[in-house]
Amino acid sequence: MFKTFRPGGIHPSENKLTAGSEIRELPIPDQVSIPLNQHIGASPRILVEKGDPVKVGQLIAQGEGFISSSIHASVSGKVLKVEPVVDMSGYKRKAITIKVEGDEWMEQIDTSAELVREIALERHEIVRKINESGIVGMGGAAFPSHVKLTLPRGENAEYLIVNGAECEPYLTSDHVLMLEKAEQIMVGAMIMMKALDVEKAIIGIEKNKPDAIVHMSALSEYYPGIEVQGLKVKYPQGGEKQLIKALIGREVPSGGLPIHVGVVVFNVGTLFAAYQAIQKHKPLFERVVTVTGKNLAAPGNFMVRIGTPISALIEATGGLPENTGKIISGGPMMGKALNSLEVPVIKGTSGITIMPDTESRRREIQHCIRCSKCITVCPMGLEPYLLMAMGERELFERMGEEQTMDCIECGSCSYICPANRPLLDYIRLGKAEINKIRRARKN
Amino acid sequence: MLTISPSPHEHSSETVSKLMYGVIIALLPAFIASVYFFGIGTVIITVTAMVSCVIFEFLIQRFLMKEKPAISDGSAMVTGMLLAFCLPTNLPVWLVILGSFVAISVGKMSFGGLGNNPFNPALVGRVFLFVSFPVQLTSWPVAGENHFAYLDASTGATPLSIMKEGMKNGERMTEILLDIPFYLDMFIGRMGGSAGEIAAAALLIGFIYLLIRKIITWHIPVSILLTVTVFTGIMWLSDPTLNPNPLFHLLGGGLMLGAIFMATDYVTSPMNVKGMWIYGIGIGIITVVIRVFGAYPEGVQFAILIMNAFTPLINKYVKPRRFGEEVTDG
Repeated sequence: MFKTFRPGGIHPSENKLTAGSEIRELPIPDQVSIPLNQHIGASPRILVEKGDPVKVGQLIAQGEGFISSSIHASVSGKVLKVEPVVDMSGYKRKAITIKVEGDEWMEQIDTSAELVREIALERHEIVRKINESGIVGMGGAAFPSHVKLTLPRGENAEYLIVNGAECEPYLTSDHVLMLEKAEQIMVGAMIMMKALDVEKAIIGIEKNKPDAIVHMSALSEYYPGIEVQGLKVKYPQGGEKQLIKALIGREVPSGGLPIHVGVVVFNVGTLFAAYQAIQKHKPLFERVVTVTGKNLAAPGNFMVRIGTPISALIEATGGLPENTGKIISGGPMMGKALNSLEVPVIKGTSGITIMPDTESRRREIQHCIRCSKCITVCPMGLEPYLLMAMGERELFERMGEEQTMDCIECGSCSYICPANRPLLDYIRLGKAEINKIRRARKN
Repeated sequence: MLTISPSPHEHSSETVSKLMYGVIIALLPAFIASVYFFGIGTVIITVTAMVSCVIFEFLIQRFLMKEKPAISDGSAMVTGMLLAFCLPTNLPVWLVILGSFVAISVGKMSFGGLGNNPFNPALVGRVFLFVSFPVQLTSWPVAGENHFAYLDASTGATPLSIMKEGMKNGERMTEILLDIPFYLDMFIGRMGGSAGEIAAAALLIGFIYLLIRKIITWHIPVSILLTVTVFTGIMWLSDPTLNPNPLFHLLGGGLMLGAIFMATDYVTSPMNVKGMWIYGIGIGIITVVIRVFGAYPEGVQFAILIMNAFTPLINKYVKPRRFGEEVTDG
């Protein structure tokens, strides 16, 4: 029985071109630029200076404050500069650029292939080490994981929910990870369960990954409390709130967090990173990135050092096709269009999608015909047509009353609109303005 | 050159014109049935209405509103086809053109064109003709007898007008039913009526097509048909000698055409499921009230127009259920 969420959702073409391709090690580039702000939260404090030698896995920026994350060197070599570079936001932001020399790892990192099942650390030690290892959500949002593991006073977790849905078209990094690193993900889940003191974990996987469902289900037999649940293919199945709804039928209240319904959610990639941090003493400095697009010669899934310019990834897939119109960090539904090939891979980069020119441009906007398709597909039960109409008239107060802040920016409304209306653009504008108004009121 | 735009970077293949042409395709079975039963008259009035709606929209948009004409979106053609479908097939061409003009100019363009009109344009045209030319609008050709007759078609009554007349004269239901076609004939369209309303079977095929193509959802048609069935069912059960059974009301007039194709007009119907139910139930009740207690034998078009007027109000006060509105525990 495959489960799914209600209401809303869409069925974009899956285009999982790289589903069958194994994870390949991307050659280490000549230099990497590691941005400081890869995560949600405060900037970390820089610990290195120009000219300093660094090793792979060495702490180079220390998380500052509770919601922040540490940064580790992904290569060995010399710090070339600590200056702003263009990152995926399109703006220049501070980064540590390292000139690569050899590949020398920190001594404490266990590089053996041996699987370590026994979890030696205690609850609080796990949380501390997750923090020290710079683990953030690998699904894209890059929220520091130790924050999620630190439950607010009075809240108890009942379930660990593991996101293996990978509902975003094109992307397959979670899929291949579940095929190749399934045991590590299982141990990662046990680590998180121990840290959260929960008995039950459910791993949700969309049924367009039948091999992953079979493989993970078979393994879950050996890990008490872990259950694998197949999910119908529907976007945005991997949205945190939608996933919880599908798996255990609970709705996170408006403005609330998953913990308010007794749940903490992690992506499978995050669990793999947690396994490596806790069992192998390896901080987060590399990740799986899907590099894909209909016109790429050899799209694939790569293990990539953080800070690698995406030009190196595109190179590895046979170079940028001539008719390229758009380069997206992430997938086509929620990814960000990039303005430079030198943008570095960060902890939240799950994929690079290359779109041909013919699919890169938006179509002409027409009048709203009130077909109500945007309402039908909205997974949050909002009325996008109305929010856009209010946004156009700058009625931001009223947008707030219509619960615009609940929008998860999945883009289903803009995707479905037959009149090509930029619904999500106006909703984003509204969210930003509502935030401004609310902040101003607080002060 | 790289294109930079906010997500999503992909769009469904759905377009306004595809939806509109989808409605036209869904209307084709009813058109074919109508040609079979009414012959050449159906073709003449349908083509006239569609062509004149497109021309009027083009002229108004180009020369009065000074906008780029958007006739290729297909919505004017849909209006024309729907208007023709609720007219008798022996209606003179000039009246069809006049109706099309009112539908497009008053019903649609005066409010700013597609997306802005509060009332279903085809029904605006139809009701204008009905109140201005009641005689021409209430003489219907006999089904199956007029393949090549147009203005000179032999005319007869519709099941609904026979019923109204009979009840007015105080006849018993058993007597009235003798003059009414069998239900199977009414289902396939062998009865008097407007061009596109007669063949319930063909309209239902169109309904299924609309659902499969996801052009409309089932809520509005089903809520209307269900309300009419329940309402007339209660009356029938209370006294079968005075009231016809619900099947008669479902098949006897323009209810199918109205419920499936007129009431579901995007622009003039509510936008969420709860609102659709209120709207549909309202149309069902008003239709029966007019048919049973009112002066006219048929009430669907008035019922839809009345509920069109309530649509903005419904949209304003009936909201979809927000995610996380009430915490459910599964």
